[in-house]
Amino acid sequence: MAAKKTTTKPNISADELKAYYKDMLLIRRFEEKAGQLYGMGLIGGFCHLYIGQEAVVVGLEAAADEGDKRITTYRDHGHMLACGMDPKGVMAELTGREDGYSRGKGGSMHMFSKEKDFYGGHGIVGANVPLGAGLAFSDKYRENDRVTFTYFGDGAANQGQVYETFNMAALWDLPVIFVIENNQYAMGTAQQRSTSTPDLYKRGEAFGIPGEMVDGMDVLAVKAAGEKAVTHCRAGKGPYILEIKTYRYRGHSMSDPAKYRTREEVQKMREERDPIDHVRTMLLDGEHATEEDLKAIDKEIKEIVNESAEFAKESPEPALDELWTDIYAAEIPQEA
Amino acid sequence: MATEILMPALSPTMEEGTLAKWLVKEGDTVNSGDILAEIETDKATMEFEAVDEGVIGKILVEEGTEGVKVNTPIAVIGEEGEDMSAAEASAPAASGDDGAKEAQESAQPTAAAQPADPPQSDRSPDWPEGTEMTTMTVREALNTAMVEEMERDDGVFLMGEEVAEYEGAYKITQGLLDKFGAKRVVDTPITEHGFTGIAVGAAFGGLKPIVEFMTFNFAMQAIDQIINSAAKTLYMSGGQMGAPMVFRGPNGAAARVAAQHSQDYAAWYAHIPGLKVVMPYTAADAKGLLKSAIRDPNPVIFLENEILYGRTFEVPVLDDFTVPFGKARIAREGSDVTIVSFGIGMSYAMEAAEKLAEEGVDAEVVDLRTLRPLDYGTVLDSVRKTNRMVTIEEGWPVGAIGNHLSAHVMTHAFDYLDAPVLNVCGKDVPMPYAANLERHALVTTDEVIEAVNQVTYR
Repeated sequence: MAAKKTTTKPNISADELKAYYKDMLLIRRFEEKAGQLYGMGLIGGFCHLYIGQEAVVVGLEAAADEGDKRITTYRDHGHMLACGMDPKGVMAELTGREDGYSRGKGGSMHMFSKEKDFYGGHGIVGANVPLGAGLAFSDKYRENDRVTFTYFGDGAANQGQVYETFNMAALWDLPVIFVIENNQYAMGTAQQRSTSTPDLYKRGEAFGIPGEMVDGMDVLAVKAAGEKAVTHCRAGKGPYILEIKTYRYRGHSMSDPAKYRTREEVQKMREERDPIDHVRTMLLDGEHATEEDLKAIDKEIKEIVNESAEFAKESPEPALDELWTDIYAAEIPQEA
Repeated sequence: MATEILMPALSPTMEEGTLAKWLVKEGDTVNSGDILAEIETDKATMEFEAVDEGVIGKILVEEGTEGVKVNTPIAVIGEEGEDMSAAEASAPAASGDDGAKEAQESAQPTAAAQPADPPQSDRSPDWPEGTEMTTMTVREALNTAMVEEMERDDGVFLMGEEVAEYEGAYKITQGLLDKFGAKRVVDTPITEHGFTGIAVGAAFGGLKPIVEFMTFNFAMQAIDQIINSAAKTLYMSGGQMGAPMVFRGPNGAAARVAAQHSQDYAAWYAHIPGLKVVMPYTAADAKGLLKSAIRDPNPVIFLENEILYGRTFEVPVLDDFTVPFGKARIAREGSDVTIVSFGIGMSYAMEAAEKLAEEGVDAEVVDLRTLRPLDYGTVLDSVRKTNRMVTIEEGWPVGAIGNHLSAHVMTHAFDYLDAPVLNVCGKDVPMPYAANLERHALVTTDEVIEAVNQVTYR
């Protein structure tokens, strides 16, 4: 499928578009499988699915360069897949097995990959925001031009430490992009019930941090906004806020009866604004891919996901002496 | 291919539920995301969505059925026109068992034992005999330790309120800004929660932050970052990344600053696996332990004391003097009773020991120096010699370090004890402001002497 023509958006080739389609589809199918394994009792505890929000991480990863860092909250499976972590290792962590990224000791909410510059996976709402600014602090200290993508939700946007962080990030010109994934519900509380002013991208104004609102169901819009933010940060101009409007189709976690919104609302988003369907349509309408091409991609993704699930079931539980390892480091962990 | 739809677990604790209502019937075509059924869990009624697309072949569990075990097949789904009788036949009657349970059961029944502490206590001297000594305040010792370590490693930086231009609220960081510049000596806004999180993030990023809390009382604002982010990440990441850093500042009561500014956090932090906790008394220990803390690849809580900052002690003149963690110091050898303390508690311990000596009681005084790791061996050796123990600390009596040591000694040296262990602690009250009340709220030397008299039956 050599690119026959570019899409309506400049600088996006058919191959790129197909790559985004594939990356988003991987997240969706992976999350569906995770939901299934949760239902079977193979995944325990809390499990927060990313279905519906795929364009956010895929768009921003498309704007990131080698060496850039990312850190997020507990809804983290999508971020890990998008930055290139192995679906097998992620799924095996979900099932609490030896081959998981944290050798079964972190679980869904606490996963890391030094190799991929993925700094977690954090379970406390808002706590990863200063951590992300701290990663940016380390890059500024080392005088490289890396940036840190610090993801959090509309719920976390009301935590006090977020504003403490905005203040210092602006004061010290830290190269951090604050990505507010506004999926409109903080667990079961709709944004208008929790937030005095709805425009979260304006929340940096008091600190002089520029911000913009982005359509999070459009991967190309997310990518474009991400590139703008990255350019700002790399130029040493300090932090940037992206409020990315998105929507999660599933409950807050697996154990969410979801009585705070109507079935119709969810259905409408799925039918009219689905980020994967959006790219699919672009691919087909632009004649960048045929139905058969897309079917082949679907099949390929399904295989990857099924393999990861099989791997995660087969991988043994951690040896019991793992209980007592990694409490203290004997040496300073190597810098990535 | 026909597949079974299994009764799902919809909460971390659900084992069975009621299949309240089917929203599809046999022969219906469903897409991923369509609601199949309503299921009542122990908490709520939840909608259960289809994951795969296909045609509902057979419903195996009627609506209204209670006590349906998780993982029981409840329906069969397949492609249009497919014969689904095979899948149906293979459906087990109503057992809840499957891979999940199996996996749980495959775990070995015996729990792994906690790795044992080193059996021998390290009684080597902290510096070679004949080493030249100088005198120094605790304040100077801490300052010197930071200067030496910042010169040694350019990844070490200091951040906190008033650490740079003001040169420290208690003047511990005097001269550091001039020496190392604003990049490495960073004044922060008054925002403990935020700057602690930033420091932990910087440690994840490979730097070695020293966070100065103006006092440890203010670290309460940041305690989530200290415990949930700094202490636990190495474990949660399977050893991939952690927080090599130091949190330091004055801890415990100073003088007349009342309840919110006077509190000893030793026992709080010593409770947390993943943290190391240091509480020095002498200037030599302040210097040697702070240097070790800065080099340690783990998060270290370094508890200083405002009253001790100005006290002068002998410090060895050595190029690179460090004190290892987990090695208690025998501050005074004796044979009649073991007095165990740390930090400012040592001043009561030493004063009491001197007075007791005048009365003919020969007390051994053990300065723990670090609470995590804790040198159990030295304490046990001493108790096996003296057969009696008194602990001293300024913290509150419930869940005190002394409680923990008492339990440890009871477990490991019960037969050596000639008297119950006594814990001398701060009083179980918020710190009062009035001078006379404050004196009574704190540990006194007289209380230590009285406790020793009790355990020696005098």
